[in-house]
Amino acid sequence: MKKGTLKQILLITDGCSNKGEDPSAVAALASQQGITVNVIGVLEDDQSEDPTGLQEVEDIAMSGGGVSQIVYKQALSQTVQTVTKQAMTQTLQGVVNQELKQILGPNDSLEELPPEQRGEIMEVVEDLGETCDLEVLVLVDTSASMHNKLPTVLEALIDLSVSMNARIGRNRFSIYSFPGKKKDIDKVLDWSPKLDSISSVFPKLTSGGITPTGPALKEAMYQFGKKSLRRSFMRKDEPNIEEAGY
Amino acid sequence: MNQTSKKQGISFKSGDIINGKWHHQRYVILKQLGQGAIGSVYLCDNNGKKVALKISDKGSSVTMEVNVLKTFQKVQGNRLGPSLLDVDDWVNPNGKPYAFYVMEYLRGTELSTFIRNSGQEWLGILMLQLLDDLTSLHKEGWVFGDLKTENLIVTYPPPRLRWIDVGGTTQIGRSIKEYTEFFDRGYWNMGSRKAEPSYDLFALAMIMIQSYHPNRFERGHTPKKTLLKKLQHTSQLKLYEPCLYKALTGEYTSSEQMKQDLSKLLMKRESTRANHTKSTTRATNQTRRPNPTPTNKSKETNNHPMLESFGIIVVVFLFYLFYLLLR
Repeated sequence: MKKGTLKQILLITDGCSNKGEDPSAVAALASQQGITVNVIGVLEDDQSEDPTGLQEVEDIAMSGGGVSQIVYKQALSQTVQTVTKQAMTQTLQGVVNQELKQILGPNDSLEELPPEQRGEIMEVVEDLGETCDLEVLVLVDTSASMHNKLPTVLEALIDLSVSMNARIGRNRFSIYSFPGKKKDIDKVLDWSPKLDSISSVFPKLTSGGITPTGPALKEAMYQFGKKSLRRSFMRKDEPNIEEAGY
Repeated sequence: MNQTSKKQGISFKSGDIINGKWHHQRYVILKQLGQGAIGSVYLCDNNGKKVALKISDKGSSVTMEVNVLKTFQKVQGNRLGPSLLDVDDWVNPNGKPYAFYVMEYLRGTELSTFIRNSGQEWLGILMLQLLDDLTSLHKEGWVFGDLKTENLIVTYPPPRLRWIDVGGTTQIGRSIKEYTEFFDRGYWNMGSRKAEPSYDLFALAMIMIQSYHPNRFERGHTPKKTLLKKLQHTSQLKLYEPCLYKALTGEYTSSEQMKQDLSKLLMKRESTRANHTKSTTRATNQTRRPNPTPTNKSKETNNHPMLESFGIIVVVFLFYLFYLLLR
């Protein structure tokens, strides 16, 4: 099996969108394009926030083929990395399952196999998860209510980069915030292998009132395309986006 | 608001029965032993034998843990984790499959409880045992990963440290699969999350620190400073300080090195206590019955017999004075 690059959008938000298209629909579209959408809903410590906003968190991740989790601020660091890793395993397992179906027939999947064989296959999945390349676009909700959660988000993202960079495979991260000043999203950090440099950029985020989650997701989706365009422009011999090896 | 996104897992009552789909074993639930991020552990009866059964709806995670337990079996003559007895699926009445595995039931006390009941001097000794086990594990090409107080129990007699949750065990060179912030060097800004022996040794040092700070502590703005300060200011850890310092700063590249240092320190305490020299003041904090004589003679005193004799003469003279006065 050829090793590709896993693409993920990690949406960190605290409530419901109130502008533009349905974020779940956009997530489904992203999933079609091979981009997994994970969502983390952040709660305030003493919060009893509107649960309908939290329902959206699960919905977006489900249509985006990803993982969702709702957490209190303090648990954010660990959650960010668990969600990212879980989603990777999930995606890879999906790929492996596809291959299995081709070999074993449409009715067989990983769960249908006896435990012994399942173990061997999971080893392969784990190997892939360790060695594949990963691209994560972090999309941070900076609407007014998120304001005092942002320092924790920053910490969690640095922590994510520590965890991911312990892997054998390579990583690229980029960070966008929404709502943007003029556009749907603003770039905080362009694609880079590490996140330690963000401390200086992050506090500059300004918080606004609206939460256009749908349009922001859509815009985020294009950032993968843009980058790969640029990359394929630089390396004309490798037009395939999936190609990761240099 | 209690609802978290954690999907509701399954729960069993005492008396419920789990039948294996593939190997047709029958397990009667006795009670719940614990609940973690991946599934719940139950004490079960299997043909009159007590076993521990871990069941979860996260099939892939269960499979990965089973893989680790299987590698443990391969380490010969060494009982690292609990031994693996069965791996199977249970299908609930709605047809949804749950993966489970069955291990040997280790009856023991939690590490912290054991130390509290049996005395501080056990800590160092149990850590030596742990270092032995880590040495064999590292030799096999694995690190434990999620090493923490809660994952250790003491079985007895004789007291023996065993680890119970192997979910974080990772092949050397990869990224740590599972960790707990307080015991994770990445969290303290003191190293990467790459699986290497020194990662486990850091966690081991944290276990020792935690046993004197049961409520743990915050890392603050300068995590490394906070941690090293705590180490310095915990008087009960004075004896182990040089060794712990090296473990925390990643100076040990193998568990054997740390074991050597630690056993040297432990032996030193024994011999120096016998001599009542100054250097035992470090250790006396540790011993449960500190030296009853309040004398805190310096080392030089011992090296100068003249001074010693002079002291004796003075004391005798004082006694004689008292005798004269009280007569």
